[in-house]
Amino acid sequence: MAQTETIRQTPRRTDYITGLHHGIPIALGYLSVSFSFGIAAVSQGLDWWVAVLISMTNLTSAGQVAGLGIIVAGGTYVEMALAQLVINLRYALMSLSLSQKLCENYPTFHRAVTGFGMTDEIFAVASGQPGEVRPAYMYGLITLPFLGWTGGTLLGGLAGTLLPEMLCAVLGLAIYGMFIAIIIPPARDSVGVCAVVVFAAALSCALRYIPVFSGISSGFSIIICAVLASVFGALVFPRKEGE
Amino acid sequence: MRLLCYIAIMALVTYAIRAIPFVAFRKKIRSRFVQDFLYYVPYAVLSVMTIPAVLYATDHMASAAVGAAVAVVLAFFRRGLLTVALSACGAALLAELVLTYLL
Repeated sequence: MAQTETIRQTPRRTDYITGLHHGIPIALGYLSVSFSFGIAAVSQGLDWWVAVLISMTNLTSAGQVAGLGIIVAGGTYVEMALAQLVINLRYALMSLSLSQKLCENYPTFHRAVTGFGMTDEIFAVASGQPGEVRPAYMYGLITLPFLGWTGGTLLGGLAGTLLPEMLCAVLGLAIYGMFIAIIIPPARDSVGVCAVVVFAAALSCALRYIPVFSGISSGFSIIICAVLASVFGALVFPRKEGE
Repeated sequence: MRLLCYIAIMALVTYAIRAIPFVAFRKKIRSRFVQDFLYYVPYAVLSVMTIPAVLYATDHMASAAVGAAVAVVLAFFRRGLLTVALSACGAALLAELVLTYLL
C-alpha cells in the first residue's frame, strides 16, 4: 500500500466515471445485438424472462446463441458445457492477457467479480488503456454494457411476443448479420482468418448435409468444426511475431 | 427445472473460463501454436454458427439468403455492426414481403 500511495492516484470515483464513459458505445452496440437475441429466444419458444436470465448470467453473444440452440434441441448437459467451453475459450486468453495489465493491489475478490465482465469489446477497451487498470475503472467499464445487454434482451423478448411473426423471423437475422460483420473485415485482411472461416463453413455444411454425420447435434458440430478449423489455421497459417 | 440446469451450466462454464485466468494466472502463454489456435477460435466459431444456420433464420430460405448476401457485401466494405445487421434484416423483410404477397 505504502508504495502505491507515493504514486499520484486518481480517486476511485473518477476512475469509475471514466470507465462508465468508455462503456457507452459498447452498451449501445450490445443493446441492439441482445435485442435480436431476445427476439430469437422468444420466437424459438422461450419465455422472455428466461432470455433475460440467460443474458444476465452469461453476457456473451455467440455462447448464448449456441446455448439457445442446444436448449431448444434438447441437447445433453455435457454438450452444453463443452460447447460453451470451446466457444468461450477466447475469453481465457483475453483474461490472461488483461491480468498482466492489472494494478499490483487489485484484490482477488475484485478480480473474481470483474472477470465476469470479460467480453471481446470490454477486453479491447481495457487493454487499450495507457498504464495499469484499477478495479474502479473495470467496474465502470462493465456497468453500462451489462445493463445494455440485459435491457436489450428484455426489450427484444417483449417485442418478440408483440411483433408480428414475420417481422420477428426477419429480425432473428440480425445476430447473424452481426457475426458476418465481425468475421468478414479481418478475413479480408488476413489470409489465415479467411482460410479458417472458409474451412470452418465447409466443415459445418459437411456435418449438416452429409447423411453419415446426421447424428451429430448442433453443439458438438460447433465444437468439432471450430477446433478442427482453428488447429488447421494455427498449423498452416501461423501468425508472424506481433501480428 | 431442466431449463434452469441448462442456464446454470452455461453461466458457470462461461464464468469459469473468464474468471480463472483472471484470478489465477500471472504468466503469459508462450506456445505460438496455442496463441494462434486461440486467435483463430472466434472466427471459426462465428463462421460455423452462421453457415449454414443463417439460411434457416427466416420463414423462407430465399429471404434469408438475400439478407445474408447483403450482410456479406456491406461487411466487406467495412460497415459497422449495426448497419450490417439492420440492413440484412431490411433486405430479408423486403424479400419476405415479395415472396408472400407478390409471388
